[in-house]
Amino acid sequence: MTVEPRNDAFVAFEHVQKSYDGVSLVVKDLNLSIAKGEFLTMLGPSGSGKTTCLMMLAGFETATHGEIKLDGVNINQVPPHKRGIGMVFQNYALFPHMTVGENLAFPLEVRGMGKDERESKIKRALDMVQMGAFANRRPAQLSGGQQQRIALARALVFDPKLVLMDEPLGALDKQLREHMQFEIKHLHESLGITVVYVTHDQGEALTMSDRIAVFNDGRIQQLAPPSDLYERPENSFVAQFIGENNKLPGVIEELTGDKALVRLTTGELIDATAVNAREKGGKTLVSIRPERVEFKPEMMPAGAHTIDAEVIEVIYMGDILRAVLKVAGTDDFVMKMRNTLWQTKLAPGQKIKVGWHPQDARALDP
Amino acid sequence: MKKTLILTTALVGFGFAANADVTVMSWGGAYGAAQTEGHVKPWMAATGNAAIMVDSDNPAPAIKAMVEAGNVTVDVASVEYADAIRLCDEGLLEPIDAASLPAGADGTPAADDFFPGAVTECAVSTDIWSNVFAYDTTKFPEGPTTAADFFDLEKFPGKRGLKKGAKAVLEFALLGDGVPAAEVYDVLNTPEGVDRAFAKLDTIKSEVVWWEAGAQAPQLLADGEVAMTTAYNGRIFAAAVGEGKPFQIVWDGQIYENESYVVPKGAPNKDLAMDFIKYATSTEGLRAQAAHISYGPPRKSANLEPIIYAGDGKTEMGPHLPTNPANLTNALLTSSDFWVDHDAELNERFQAWLSQ
Amino acid sequence: MAEATTELLTTADGRPLKAALAAAQSRAKRRAFFLVLPLLLFVLLTFLVPIGYMLKRSFEHDGFASTAPALVAWFEANPDFDPANPPEEAYAALVQDLARMQVEKTTGLSGTRINYSVPGTISLFKKGAREAKDLTPPFKESLVALDADWGRPALWRGMQSASHVYTAEFYRVASDMKLNDDGWARGEDNERIYLYLFFKTFLISGLITVICLLLAFPVSHLLATLPMAKASLLMILVLLPFWTSLLVRTTAWIALLQEQGIVNDILVGMGLIDDEGRLTMMYNMTGTIVAMTHVLLPFMILPLYSVMRVIPPSYARAARSLGATSWTTFRRVYLPQTLPGIAAGSLLVFILAVGYYITPALVGGADGQLISNLISFHMTKSNWSLAAAIAAMLLAAILVLYWLYDRLIGIDRLKLG
Repeated sequence: MTVEPRNDAFVAFEHVQKSYDGVSLVVKDLNLSIAKGEFLTMLGPSGSGKTTCLMMLAGFETATHGEIKLDGVNINQVPPHKRGIGMVFQNYALFPHMTVGENLAFPLEVRGMGKDERESKIKRALDMVQMGAFANRRPAQLSGGQQQRIALARALVFDPKLVLMDEPLGALDKQLREHMQFEIKHLHESLGITVVYVTHDQGEALTMSDRIAVFNDGRIQQLAPPSDLYERPENSFVAQFIGENNKLPGVIEELTGDKALVRLTTGELIDATAVNAREKGGKTLVSIRPERVEFKPEMMPAGAHTIDAEVIEVIYMGDILRAVLKVAGTDDFVMKMRNTLWQTKLAPGQKIKVGWHPQDARALDP
Repeated sequence: MKKTLILTTALVGFGFAANADVTVMSWGGAYGAAQTEGHVKPWMAATGNAAIMVDSDNPAPAIKAMVEAGNVTVDVASVEYADAIRLCDEGLLEPIDAASLPAGADGTPAADDFFPGAVTECAVSTDIWSNVFAYDTTKFPEGPTTAADFFDLEKFPGKRGLKKGAKAVLEFALLGDGVPAAEVYDVLNTPEGVDRAFAKLDTIKSEVVWWEAGAQAPQLLADGEVAMTTAYNGRIFAAAVGEGKPFQIVWDGQIYENESYVVPKGAPNKDLAMDFIKYATSTEGLRAQAAHISYGPPRKSANLEPIIYAGDGKTEMGPHLPTNPANLTNALLTSSDFWVDHDAELNERFQAWLSQ
Repeated sequence: MAEATTELLTTADGRPLKAALAAAQSRAKRRAFFLVLPLLLFVLLTFLVPIGYMLKRSFEHDGFASTAPALVAWFEANPDFDPANPPEEAYAALVQDLARMQVEKTTGLSGTRINYSVPGTISLFKKGAREAKDLTPPFKESLVALDADWGRPALWRGMQSASHVYTAEFYRVASDMKLNDDGWARGEDNERIYLYLFFKTFLISGLITVICLLLAFPVSHLLATLPMAKASLLMILVLLPFWTSLLVRTTAWIALLQEQGIVNDILVGMGLIDDEGRLTMMYNMTGTIVAMTHVLLPFMILPLYSVMRVIPPSYARAARSLGATSWTTFRRVYLPQTLPGIAAGSLLVFILAVGYYITPALVGGADGQLISNLISFHMTKSNWSLAAAIAAMLLAAILVLYWLYDRLIGIDRLKLG
């Protein structure tokens, strides 16, 4: 998919292509505009081109074709140190031979800043990440989370307008990672900076971003706010990559506007919303989120098609119950139920009927 | 018990077999090969005893280390004359009974047959080698003929190769300065004499290429790096006769010395070692070695008949030997007494002079 | 944590925790010790023992003390005698000892010992010993009549000094001191060589270390950043010198650099220099430095490479993104991180260079003598004590450098790969 570049964009990729070997393209015709103050995440599996895009923006890789603009100016030929972009690296890249204070002073010194100004800025940046007491430590004496904070402070200490983050939380444990996600988000909001964030962790992307660009095979598959991305995936790659997803293959039997009637390969008929499979008689893959699957008739819209299901197992997960069902020939159909006092308890072997709102079942490309 | 017995027998047998070997340590290369061909192999054939040759960069320090450590594995070693004296002085060598050495092939008693100084308390000379100088005949058809010519840069322009060390170089400088061979050590024994030698060397110092290893001298000559160079005469012989290089030795001012066999104190096969030395330093033994390398046999009787070079089967060795009467008209026998006394002192002076 | 220091912790059955821990680990420790024991013994026997022996040798020599008992006893009784005019009883003891040496055949041994500080003594002793039994009192007159050198104060000082088994004499000689009639003094200008060579050896080794560093740095960087296949090919080229003998390599440099050598031939052929103006690159300092740099270069490249290999490229990227130019990035971020490799490589190359003597001897010409050449000279001339003293001084100098290095950079930061 393509997004037309906007003239007021803070960062713009225009028809950018990148090849390393002259044979294949790692990035294929990338167009992307990022507004000032936006938190944009590039999400995708490894090898999808997201990191290459970030490196081109930082200046460590040159675009084979196309233009990259920062604040309306073409920066293709600007060396990295003149771009004024803050960057946080996957393994923090804190200089091991310098103390925390020296690490933070480094970008200020190379800008020729006076000592007093430097010190006040360093103090402010360290306080911002609650690391004020650590200025004299060496990076090796800090924990992973602390190093992460320092890396963040160093990327911000020279007041860049744009900050790039390359999987910055990848090396942290789960709890710390979630905590840092909020801190980064908070810093972004309070400082009003523009952030381009690269990750392969969809949960992280959903939590933090204003918009997410899902990369695959050198292209942006979908660029949308998190809720749109999750609830209205535009193709089956996005549907499968973001969140848990049931997929039922079939053929479109009837098409009325957005409403589609799909006959599954096992013969059942279901309701769906046609998204990018819009041809009568065409093959499709219907995608339904597990939490949108219902088995109580009163929860389903009137006249909705239901299909037979058999409970294979129910997994207790605390806040939710997760039922694995045999539906339409597949035995990995998942349904999630809130674990409430009144929730019906299902047992393995039980026969039920499942259904859903048509707008929750999206008929996508096979 | 039986096992132990077998083991003991095996060990004794092994030890005995090892004891039957006479181990000869020499300098390797063409020299070691000449002694292997001329001494080791014929002695084994003649006596039925086993003998092996081992190489060393310089056998003297090696046997000093062995004797001091009390772990002598060498029975016979080939050492420089001065080292033979020095090691004997320090009590590191077995005395050799001069009276037991065989008479010459013509019946001359050993005491009369050996050249003066060839037999000492602990060493018997195997050959006489010489420090000579040589030049490239294609460069100087009317070549230099005297030691003085070596120092004459006007008459014979070009670089000079010289051994990097005080010994033989200081004597050569005095010979080149016109000091008669007989007086060289008397002059060198005075501070003025040493100054005179260094002053002579000063006249060519800027043109000198210093060599360290014996193989370097003919190579410098072959590469055209020097016009003439001092060298060990055997090396020039090998290049000129063996390889056909246009090199000519100038025998005037040659400084010759003995190379000797010694027996380290505590040698495992002392008696066999003595027998080996008697064989090797007999008229025939000495001639056999001289057939392989152009170092002169130190017995009168060994120089009577022509020796034919084993390398090509036709060259007569006589004119190429330092001991040839024609080559001895202005020749100097190295004084080991002088060098044992003054080696360290003069080497320090030489090194200091070099680095000035 | 606080209570651990104030109160002794015990195990459940009341034993002190420390003792229990030691007991629990002692078995494992013993086994570990036995595993390294063979290597430990090997190192002790082949490394420490010879060095200890060498050090002992450098201040111990009984060549005279054990062969001249009468004179040794007399020196002991009269430590303050006048060397310029020793009394008759000293001469009597000397003649008695000389006669004894002649019988015991120890003339050479004791003469050699005195010869170390008073050149010319060996033949003097031999002559004296031969005549000793025929000498008649007064011995002073008869000995001096035999050879005037018997009256030299320096000889008497030398004998007195040699009557002690332990002596600093060899260190004095190695420091360019000479024993003359008035005692130990600085040697004549034209004889002083050891301290000069120490200085020169360290200077040249330092120079070679710097050149090796300058050459090795880019090569190591290339090695560390190239793709694996190309890097291993380059590594083979780096290691190639190790596969040929030192002499072959040195000879190859002679063939290349001598006046009639390949490099000069090419320069003449290209018309850059004329035949008369051939460059002298061999048999001088240039030759020594070129050949030794070549030989020692791998010892700089390998530690540098091993350090550079593990420096992630993200450091340089981080520095660039923070606004540093490529030069600043190199100087302030990359270079400091390679310091352990630079230090290790420099230490290796320097120490190896200090001990080299074959290469400078062959290609160095008049300039090419280093201190190791003199150690080698005295080893072959059988003055092992002096060789040991020079070697000990060299060892001490290197240990001082090592200590300085530890103070300045820290041994723990040394990375050999």
